[in-house]
Amino acid sequence: MNLSDFVVAEAILPDLQSTSKEDAIRKMVDSLGKTGAIQPEDQESIVSHILKREELGSTGIGNGVAVPHTKHPSVDRLVATIAIARDGVDFASLDGELVFILFLLVSPPDRPGDHLRALEGISRHLRNQNFCSFLRQSKSSDAIVDLLDEADNDQL
Amino acid sequence: MSSSSVCSRDVVVALENGLHMSPSAQIVQTAQRFDCDVRIHKGDKTVDGKSMLDILTLAAQHGTTLTLEASGEGAQEAVDALEKLFVTNFATE
Repeated sequence: MNLSDFVVAEAILPDLQSTSKEDAIRKMVDSLGKTGAIQPEDQESIVSHILKREELGSTGIGNGVAVPHTKHPSVDRLVATIAIARDGVDFASLDGELVFILFLLVSPPDRPGDHLRALEGISRHLRNQNFCSFLRQSKSSDAIVDLLDEADNDQL
Repeated sequence: MSSSSVCSRDVVVALENGLHMSPSAQIVQTAQRFDCDVRIHKGDKTVDGKSMLDILTLAAQHGTTLTLEASGEGAQEAVDALEKLFVTNFATE
């Protein structure tokens, strides 16, 4: 699955200023809401689902990356956004390090295969050090969209 | 006598939603308790069982057969512990 299939370009946050996990998640969900990818009336419920998921174990998976996510019945296709936090966010990550790259996913409950394939796509690219360092250096949404296209086309 | 060799075993992903992030984290946390190398094979693809990013690239859906393989000090014990996660279906999903 290509990143550009599910990352909502208009919702990307190239300069996220957040000190807490909850604030970061709220800002990312809010950004998805502004694009219409999710409905405003569902935002609070989506945030609380994501926070509840974090209670089961942090989605800060190491290497400065977090993938907060939830299933939610209000979406009929998988939608995601990316945020870059230059100062880092304390995500209670598995390796104890701050998080600089965040992928937030909202998936329809009846499509577990899509969720797995999205995680596969994200993690495959995040294993590429070029992808991670270019992502962290990106200063605009356009630059990130270009980078996602290059990653999708294996040009990194 | 503790084992210091290579040990491998097939397991099936019984989780309805496949090997998503929480069970993958359980695999990593279990594998990291051991000094031996841990690899997971899916078909001709092989990943590091101590790396979350690696495991997530398997996108192992319900019903997928995986091969757990460990080599080095405590290999047998590591495979036993990892197999138990699959057999108990990761306790909860």
